[in-house]
Amino acid sequence: MDDKILLAHGSGGKMSHELLKNTLLKTFNNPLLNNLDDSALFSLSGRLAFTTDSYVVTPLFFKGGDIGKLSVCGTVNDLSMVGARPLYLSLSLIIEEGFPMADLETILVSTLKATEEAGVKIVAGDTKVVPRGNADQIFINTAGVGLVPEGINISSRNARIGDRVILSGPIGDHGIALLGEREGLRFAPPLESDCAPLNALVSDMIEASGNIHSLRDPTRGGLASALNEIAESSRAGIRIYEEAVPIRDAVRAVCELMGFDPLYVANEGKLVAMVPSSDADKVLARMRRNRYGSGATIIGEVVSDHPGRVVMKTPLGTSRIVDMLTGELLPRIC
Amino acid sequence: MKQDSGRKAVTISIRGIVQGVGFRPFIYQLAKKNGLSGRVCNTSGDVKIEAEGPSESIHRFLEDLRPSAPPRSQIHAVDWAYSEPSGYETFQISESVRKEGEYQLISPDIATCSLCRAELFDPKDRRYRYPFINCTHCGPRLTIIEDIPYDRPMTTMAVFRMCPECQAEYDDPLHRRFHAQPNCCAECGPQVELVDGEGRRVDSEDPIAAAASLLREGKIVALKGIGGFLLACDATSTEAVRLLRTRKKRPFKPLAVMVPGLEEIERLCHLSEPEKALLASPEAPIVLLKIRRQDLISPDVAPHLKYLGVMLPYTPLHHLLMQEVGLPLVMTSGNLSEEPIVADNREAIEKLGGIADYFLVHDREIHGPCDDSVAMVELDRTHLIRRARGFAPDPVHLPFDAGEVLGCGAGYKNTFTLTRDRYAFMSHHVGDMDNLETLLHFERTLNLYKTLFRLNPRIVAYDKHPDYLATRYALQLAGRDGALLRLPVQHHHAHIVSCMADNGITSPVLGVAFDGTGYGDDGAIWGGEFLLAGYDRFTRLAHFEYVPLPGGDGAVKKPYRMALAYLYTLLGEEIFGRKLGLLEELKTMEWDLLKAQIERCINAPMTSSAGRLFDAVSALLGIKKEIDYEGQAAIELEMEGTDVAGEEGLYPFRIDALEGREVIRLKELFSGIIVDLEAGTPNSRISAKFHHTIAHLISTVCLSHSQKCGQKQVALSGGVFQNRLLLRLAADHLREAGLEVITHRRVPCNDGGISLGQAVIAHFTVSKGTDAHG
Repeated sequence: MDDKILLAHGSGGKMSHELLKNTLLKTFNNPLLNNLDDSALFSLSGRLAFTTDSYVVTPLFFKGGDIGKLSVCGTVNDLSMVGARPLYLSLSLIIEEGFPMADLETILVSTLKATEEAGVKIVAGDTKVVPRGNADQIFINTAGVGLVPEGINISSRNARIGDRVILSGPIGDHGIALLGEREGLRFAPPLESDCAPLNALVSDMIEASGNIHSLRDPTRGGLASALNEIAESSRAGIRIYEEAVPIRDAVRAVCELMGFDPLYVANEGKLVAMVPSSDADKVLARMRRNRYGSGATIIGEVVSDHPGRVVMKTPLGTSRIVDMLTGELLPRIC
Repeated sequence: MKQDSGRKAVTISIRGIVQGVGFRPFIYQLAKKNGLSGRVCNTSGDVKIEAEGPSESIHRFLEDLRPSAPPRSQIHAVDWAYSEPSGYETFQISESVRKEGEYQLISPDIATCSLCRAELFDPKDRRYRYPFINCTHCGPRLTIIEDIPYDRPMTTMAVFRMCPECQAEYDDPLHRRFHAQPNCCAECGPQVELVDGEGRRVDSEDPIAAAASLLREGKIVALKGIGGFLLACDATSTEAVRLLRTRKKRPFKPLAVMVPGLEEIERLCHLSEPEKALLASPEAPIVLLKIRRQDLISPDVAPHLKYLGVMLPYTPLHHLLMQEVGLPLVMTSGNLSEEPIVADNREAIEKLGGIADYFLVHDREIHGPCDDSVAMVELDRTHLIRRARGFAPDPVHLPFDAGEVLGCGAGYKNTFTLTRDRYAFMSHHVGDMDNLETLLHFERTLNLYKTLFRLNPRIVAYDKHPDYLATRYALQLAGRDGALLRLPVQHHHAHIVSCMADNGITSPVLGVAFDGTGYGDDGAIWGGEFLLAGYDRFTRLAHFEYVPLPGGDGAVKKPYRMALAYLYTLLGEEIFGRKLGLLEELKTMEWDLLKAQIERCINAPMTSSAGRLFDAVSALLGIKKEIDYEGQAAIELEMEGTDVAGEEGLYPFRIDALEGREVIRLKELFSGIIVDLEAGTPNSRISAKFHHTIAHLISTVCLSHSQKCGQKQVALSGGVFQNRLLLRLAADHLREAGLEVITHRRVPCNDGGISLGQAVIAHFTVSKGTDAHG
């Protein structure tokens, strides 16, 4: 077998077929995929959720995950954030000519492991190879379908005044860990991405309360952007407490040294939930029993003041406005 | 038509600050003196007079208007015309008339006048020791007005019904309190009360005397003044000052002091005649004075500084308190760090309960909270650092009609500006726009000014920085109403134009805009800029070379990071061979990260900031490596260089041409400082030499451009010019080079002036665009 991906691997001819058979099918061995028809066929009934996302990340391999795991967790989490139980995923690869075969295999194995953990199946796929320089190593697109349980209505628009804001654990791990890997920075202690599928956590939460209003995974743009989206969609104010927002010491230290604001740093295995205050303790207790929610905590509440705005109470007692950023974090002190 | 050749009638309209300053009584008396009949009234827009009498009397009346007008009034325009006589028999003051869309100028709050002060301390006077005594010459105005015309029902005094004696004064055209809207006495007016930290009333015969003794005991007392709460403590007690600092979580920020009288101030500080006049003026700002004796107040009031912010009592309550205490008192804004001044009794106890032991409150509501103004006298003129009480809402007079524009300002120390006719209504100081309370204060104050001046501009100017809340505010406004015309204005262009407008200059100037942060047209953070600037455009002529700002605001709060950014960018690894205190304390992990940030610009925007250059030098000298308040490192660097005698020489610098502009290279400057440091040169000499170098650099760049473009006027703007040493030296160097120096006066050189520049630029940009379209 070749040790590098060649253009011919994406030609649709014999080499493509071999790549499919020897690598992809061998990895994602399941009946729906093995049919090799042009489309996967399956029956579902109920409210369906459907989403897609493309994954480009540097570096491809990082502490706590790789692009394969990320491409499964990301789509699984997007489905979970509307309360859906993720079922089937597609996997589409765009590979740069010359990409090491061994790396591809590593990525696929990690993709498989992530699907196994999340209990979803890859049922459709595609592979393209582009000439050197036309892509950066490998890009992955996944799409996913999930089923929303009866009676569940979770949306960014549904936050209500009085809701508690629950965060599933410390923020900033993924963004800072990736920064370290990308820039070759050595952090002491070292940091790991929090990349994880959150569907089991969400189904635990739904079991605890059928009345969860909003869920959001604070990926790019961080917690600040996720909260702003909910505040804006729900036309409600969100107030959080700086001292209540969990941040690992190591993340805090790097942010402090390098001038990052952890509220804007990406996460890949966290969620923020708007839960009626009557159910908040139940949900919280249940979340803490799940490995991805063990650090869950209430960080604030939905308020009638300042609709559409997120405000953070500082230890000094002032109310800092946490806006969505236009672009990069820019200095403002004059 | 009657043919009475000797008898004429005129109608007169007077505009300016002519309401709430005893103007109608003055007109009444002037009319009586000249034997005229007729009437005078306030309208929403002006003071309207109808006068009848012999022709020569009418002319005498018109001639005497301006020279004998009341001291607090300002006449901007007198329009008159002959009219048909109506046959008035007497001269009367009639009811105010409200006219839709018309506006009038509103008087700022005015410090207690000498007549009221004399009555306050006169045991025979019926207002003896009454803390709300006022008259048409003094007292609250802007802070109590809710709408125009300025009449009692439109103020927060409406709830107090005047007793017969007060009413008689109010109705008597010859009385100093005729139509003094906040007129009151102990019988009918507001009362003070002393309450504890939980809001419980403390019984005492004289709450002010009780507060005074608490202050003498070292307690912290929050006082409700004219525009909001001030936190007071004994300025001579280090213990009291430290307690206030600990509770306010402000370890170093300089605090202002109130001192009973000019004599006491003169013992404490050096005092020039203009400074004396400014302190005792009706505006009564905090004046930054050179400290004469360090031992008269606690060194913790203004740590490491050579200047002290000092003010005189400006309300009757302050006068009474200062007389009782007999000590200089720290008086600092009653707010939580960065928030607007607290003005409401309940809010005060809620927010300041953790800071103040007691509250001296009263029941006159403050409608428009307003901070104390801060000023300094430098280059023989007053420079306002913070424009608020006493100055706002007096408009800045423009040498042109600016139409109706809103300038939203920038980020920190923010103000807004509304223009109308030849007036620019600059708001009083709003504050640092990054918390909810300040944003709400901004919106409320803007609504107040829009109401008072009957304005709702269709043109809105804002800073190019995408994340300033004022920028967001401007963009949201547009979202609600598509008919608005929105214009982004470059920060430093706005600085220079604010300085031009402050000085009534209309033709282009050379502008030196030195500050900390301003979003540049190229997306970099500008701040050491030489511009050729006119009202509608500017050219960037020269600037300091770009260096990374590692960690953005993180580098602002930790100037040693800025010093390392300069050193490593300009001198590279070579710095590690040098003997620098800055490097010795640096932790390995921190340096690794910082180095990566500098080399690869990770979260490190490029900047040409002059403010950061001063910060970097301060940190390099080990003066200030981390700051507690804005500008601290640069301020303490200035203090080192102040009062250094003798010739210092200059550090070298280079000017390179780059893409049609000039870039000022600082490698040699930093090398020079390092050499001096290694040779054991004292910080004071290095600082002085550095300041001289920057002043020389300013004049060198300006002179060369002046020779090219012919402009001789140089406008100095930006917060860096609050540095008095630099301001003096730059002015000297520029004048020696034969250039004319234009500095700020009534408009702050810091970001508090930005909104004015924005409004003017937007007006000219729009009107030029309209012209172009025919």
